[in-house]
Formats: sequence, structure tokens, C-alpha cells
Amino acid sequence: MSLQNFMLLSAVLFSVGLYGVLTRRNAIAVLMSIELMFSAVNVAAVAFSRYATPSALRVDPATVAEGAVQQVLTGQVFALFIITVAAAEAALGLAIIIAVYRSRGTVDVTQVNLMKR
Amino acid sequence: MISELQAWAILLLPLASFSLIALVIRPFLGSRSRLSGYVTILSIGVAFLFSLIALRSTLGHEDAIGWDFHPWLSINGVEVRIGILMDPLTAVMLVVVTGVSLLVQIYSQGYMRDDEGYTRYFAYMSLFTASMVGIVIARSIVQIYVFWELVGLSSYLLIGFWYHRPAAAAAAKKAFLVTRIGDVGFLLAILYLFLQRDTPAFQGRNPLEIPDILQAAGGAMTAFAATATALGIFAGAMGKSGQFPLHTWLPDAMEGPTPVSSLIHAATMVAAGVFLVARFFPLFEVSATAMTTVALVGGFTAIFAATMGLVMYDIKRVLAYSTISQLGYMMLAIGVGAPAVAIFHLFTHAFFKCLLFLGAGSVSHATGTFDLRFMGGLRKDMPWTYVTFLIAALSLAGVFPLAGFWSKDEVLLSAWRGEVTVHTLVFWMAFIAVFLTAFYVFRAVFMAFHGDFRGGAQAEHPREADSNGAGGVHPVHLAESPMVMLGTMLALAVLALGAGYVANPLGDLAGIPAHWLTSFLGQHEDLTFNLGIAGASTAVALAGIGLAALMYGARRPSPEAVGRVFGPVRTLLLNRYYLDALYEDVLVRRVFYRGVARLLDWFDREIIDRFVDGFGWLSRNTGKAIAPLQSGQVQVYGIVISLGLLAVLGAYLIFGR
Repeated sequence: MSLQNFMLLSAVLFSVGLYGVLTRRNAIAVLMSIELMFSAVNVAAVAFSRYATPSALRVDPATVAEGAVQQVLTGQVFALFIITVAAAEAALGLAIIIAVYRSRGTVDVTQVNLMKR
Repeated sequence: MISELQAWAILLLPLASFSLIALVIRPFLGSRSRLSGYVTILSIGVAFLFSLIALRSTLGHEDAIGWDFHPWLSINGVEVRIGILMDPLTAVMLVVVTGVSLLVQIYSQGYMRDDEGYTRYFAYMSLFTASMVGIVIARSIVQIYVFWELVGLSSYLLIGFWYHRPAAAAAAKKAFLVTRIGDVGFLLAILYLFLQRDTPAFQGRNPLEIPDILQAAGGAMTAFAATATALGIFAGAMGKSGQFPLHTWLPDAMEGPTPVSSLIHAATMVAAGVFLVARFFPLFEVSATAMTTVALVGGFTAIFAATMGLVMYDIKRVLAYSTISQLGYMMLAIGVGAPAVAIFHLFTHAFFKCLLFLGAGSVSHATGTFDLRFMGGLRKDMPWTYVTFLIAALSLAGVFPLAGFWSKDEVLLSAWRGEVTVHTLVFWMAFIAVFLTAFYVFRAVFMAFHGDFRGGAQAEHPREADSNGAGGVHPVHLAESPMVMLGTMLALAVLALGAGYVANPLGDLAGIPAHWLTSFLGQHEDLTFNLGIAGASTAVALAGIGLAALMYGARRPSPEAVGRVFGPVRTLLLNRYYLDALYEDVLVRRVFYRGVARLLDWFDREIIDRFVDGFGWLSRNTGKAIAPLQSGQVQVYGIVISLGLLAVLGAYLIFGR
């Protein structure tokens, strides 16, 4: 397995998600598509964390400092954060969708266009 | 010896009175509070005392008393400092200004008693006096200019005091604008001096301080620089002192309350111009061109204004033209090289002209009119007014031995003495003007005080007896004016009688040395009394009085018959040589309104407004064109953002390395 495969997976996931966001009319489906895009980012982050090792590690393993280890783990920590934030975002998004449904009787995003000129 | 603080107090006291009335008395005690009058009289009275101390301290001093300067501004290496220049000229002017002003304020107590704007009146009067004192004591030319403009402002406020009358508002505006024309010349002179700061003439000197300017004028200043500066300063003086051709504002300034006219004509406004030229006399002296200009303008104004005084029916207008004419005498005296004589004439003129105006005010107080055609016979009802007016008229006419005689004689003498043609020319102008002066002032005397009463305000305005405008309906009540008015008039009458000889006697007189005033003011060669000229001018004056008596007293020949003989001339004079028409119709309406103003209006409308409108149009329509993009469809926004991001990334991939 090389970095390219992960990148490819990430790109496909991201594109599928983006396509969903831009084309689905149902707000819940849009929210789900956004989750797909988050996953794509997570895959990319973890893959980079695994494959793109900082040069400091490679030159002299004896002097690996604690900071370098933290740098290696940055991508994984980021993925964890994204998962957390995505959960919060999903909860908030669903709450908004419910509020919109209560006031307008629909969850079709093309109908929610109060902000137009 | 006067201290600097006392000298400043002469300026600051009236200024304090103005602030006190404007900020405390008028807002809190109402617009008719008597207190304002008392405050004004008190402050100007104390200022008058200090002025006397100042005069006493300058006696026996050749040089000006010099106090330290106070720094004010620094512009491009030139320090603008303020300070007091206390020399004989200043001291004499201070006494005249504060003294006459004090008398006028006391008189105003009676004259303005029932006016709605009582406190406002005294506030303006304090400011007016303070501004004039400011000019007189100034040591820096910038300082003079500041107070010069303040005089302009306060005269504007006072001439337009009854601003609800359109004529008064127009007269105030006219006075302000016409004097502004001269002031531009003055300002240019100041700027020119400022630009001279690096020339050899001003090496180690300050080009904005009067003593330095005068020293430079006597030293290394080039002839051109001296002439240019002197003419600029004279332009300012012409505006303020009503010299031809900037005299038109002065007769119109009669729209203000009479005591204001009296103050303007005697001590403050118009005297400022004469004072200014006298102050910068060493500068004028080095330039023959400037001296000739001053002499000719003065001489011409003297005779020119006197002719217009011959036919006016408004008593105040007669006096106004008389003032212009007398100011011509003063300018003439400066122009022939005798500034001390000019100030001497200013000194005596202040008293009798002030008195004439106060007399006119007293007359109108009784009759409700200023029109000589509706007066007559007032001698019986107002004996004191008559006597004082007569004294002032004789003094103005220059009859021996009243004050006016002595100063006018000196003016004529200084012109006679000169060997230049110009001096001879202006002498004859002034000489003829003596006859005209005697005639027009006694024409006024006979029309107002002799014969039978012709009805006053009620005859002038048969329908509505509202002629005064100040106090609404002004009934005719032929009686002497209140004591407070008469008292000041009597005091002035004494001065108009005696101030001439006492201040400047021919020989030593009870402790006063011969030619005291003129030699005090720096003229050391005595003018020897010339019996021929004195006799001739008195004879001519008496001839003028006699003619007035024949025409307006005995009516042989009657004025109407004479008027018919001189028909076209009379029309020309009544229309004031059509100069007002020329200025207002041709210059203002045709050239200015229809030419300059219209051009600027077109430019404003077509270029500037179009440009501004174009900007508005552009942004409005750009907004309109782009607005539909905001569709409210969040997914469309998303597509646009994604495509934009792709475009940026694509550009990076293609051009990025």
C-alpha cells in the first residue's frame, strides 16, 4: 500500500461527498454528504501522518526529540478532533433542519431561500 | 508710568464687558437689562482713565515704550509675536477712541432706552471699542489685521443692528463687502512683507513687526518693495476710511442706530484707516508714488464727497458725506507729508462730528424722521440741541476760533507749503471743499432748525407712522431730549469749541507749549500760522454759510429755483454720480451675477455635479446588475465556490512552479 492509494480513496470520498452536497435537495442527505467529506479529510490526514515522516526522524534516530514524535502524531490527533467536531456539527445541523422543518414544513434546500435578494 | 498690565487692560476691559454681557447678562438677565449699559460705561470709563495715564506716560518720551513681546506663532522661521506699541500716536488715538466711545455709550443710555435689543447693542458696542483699541495698540502687523477685521465684523453687526429692516441688512452687507475689497490689499501687503523676510532689508529684523518694518523702510528696503507695501496698506485704509472709490458703503451705514453712526464716523471705524496710514508713515515717506497717490485720493475725496453732501435730504447722509470729505482732508495731510496734522484733524473732527451725529439723533428722537424736508423750526423746541449742533457745524465749517478751524488750517497750510504741483492741486481741491462744507452743513442747520416745523414723521409717512422701525410707531413729540443725551452733547460741544486751540496752540498757553499736539506726534518743524490762508479759508467758509442762509433761511433765491438752474448737475449729485448704480447694476449684477457667478454655476452644475452623479449612477447600476447572483440557492453558491477553488488549484498546478 502506498500513499497514492490513500490519496485516491480520499479524493474519491471527497468528490462523492461534494457531489452529494451540491446536488441532493434533502437537507439531511446534504448533511450526510458533508460527513463523507469529513471522512475523506480524515483519511488523508492519517495517511500523511503515516507516510510523510518528518525529515528530522530520518536523519538521526538517536536524537529523536519528543517534539518530533508529536509532529508525527499530529495527523492522527487531527483526525480525532475532526471526528469530534463533526459529531457536534451533525447535532447542530440536525437541530437546524428540525427548526426549518417546523417553520416551513419542508427540508428541501432549494425551498429555503429567504436570503435571496 | 503706565504698566504693561494697565495698557493691556485698555483692550481687555471692553472685551471683558462684551463677554460678560453676551455670556451672562443677556442669557440670564434678559435682553433689556439696564446692567449691560452700566457695565459697558464702567469698563470703557476705566479704559479711558488708563488711556489718560498712557498719554501722561508717553509725554517726554521720544521712543515708544517697549514691553516684551509675547510669542504667538512661528511660521517658516518668522516669529509672530504680539505686544503693545505705546508711542504718542497710540496714546492720542487711545484717548480719542475711549473718550468718544465713553460719551457715545452714555448718550446711548438715553437713545436706546426702549429698544428690544438693549443688551445686544451694548455687547456689540463693547466689542467695537475693543477692536479699535486693539488696532491702535498693536505692535505686530498681524495683530493689527486681526483687530482690523474685528472692527469690520462689529461694524457689520451694528449697522445691521435692526436686521429685520431689509435696508439695514443690505447696508451691513454692503459695508462689510466694500471694506473687504480694500482689506484684500492690506492682506497682500502683509503677505508681501512676509515674503521679504530673507531680503537684506530685513536681515536681523522681523518683517511682521511694525518698528522693524519702519526701520527697514528707512534702510535697505527697495523702492519697489516700499511702494508695493505702502499701496497695499493704503488700499486697506481706503476701504475702512471710505476714500474714493470705496466710499459707497459709508452713507448707507446710516441704517444703524444713530449713536453707532456717531461712533463709526468719529472715533472707531473710519479713523482706523487714517491711523493705519499714519502708523506706517515712514514707509509711505520713502515712496513718492505712494505719497502722491495718498494726497490725490485724499484731495479728490474731499471735494468729491462734499459735492454730494450738497443735495442730500437725509440729515445723516449729509453728515456721512461730510465725514468722507473730512477723511479726505486727513489723507491729504498725510499725503503731503504731515501725518501729525492729519491726526490733529482726526482729533478735532472726532469731537464735532460725533456731536453732529448725536444732534441728528436728538432731532430724530423728537421728530421721528431724518429727512430734512420734514423738519424745520426745531430751534424753539430744542434750544440745547440747536446750540450744540450749531457749535459743531461752525467747527466743521472751520470758522475761527473753533476746534475745526485750527486743524483744517493746518491741513491747508501743509498742502500750501509743498512745492510739488500735486500739493498745489490738492490745496485748491481742499480749499474749494471748505466752501462746500460750510454750505452743506448750514443748509442742514437752516432746514432743520429754522423756519416752520414741517410735520416730522407723521408728514413723512401719513399712513403708518411707523418710520423709526426701532420702537415701532414713533410719535412726534417736539421736546428736548433727556438729560443723559444732552449732557454728553454739551461735553462734546465744549470739546468742539476749545479742543483745537488748547491742544495745539500757536503760542505757549498756560503750561501747554506751542504746537503741542503736532510736535508731540513727531512733527518738529512748526507750521507758521499764515494769516492769508487762515483769512481766506474763513472768508470762504463764511461765504458758504452766507449762501446757505440766503437760500434756506431767507429763500432768496429759493433752493427750488437754484435747483432748476443746475438741473442736470443736481440730478447727477442726487444719484451720487451714478457710482452706486455702476457698482450694483453693472459690476455686481451684470459682471458678477451674470458673468462670473453664472460661469461658476455652470461649472458646478455641469462638471462637478455631473461627475458626482456619475459615480452614484455607476455604483447603483453595477449593484443592480450583480444583485441577481444572490439567488438564495445555497447549492448554487456551493458550485460557484467549488469551481472557484478548482480554478485556483488549476492555476497553481499550471503556473505554480
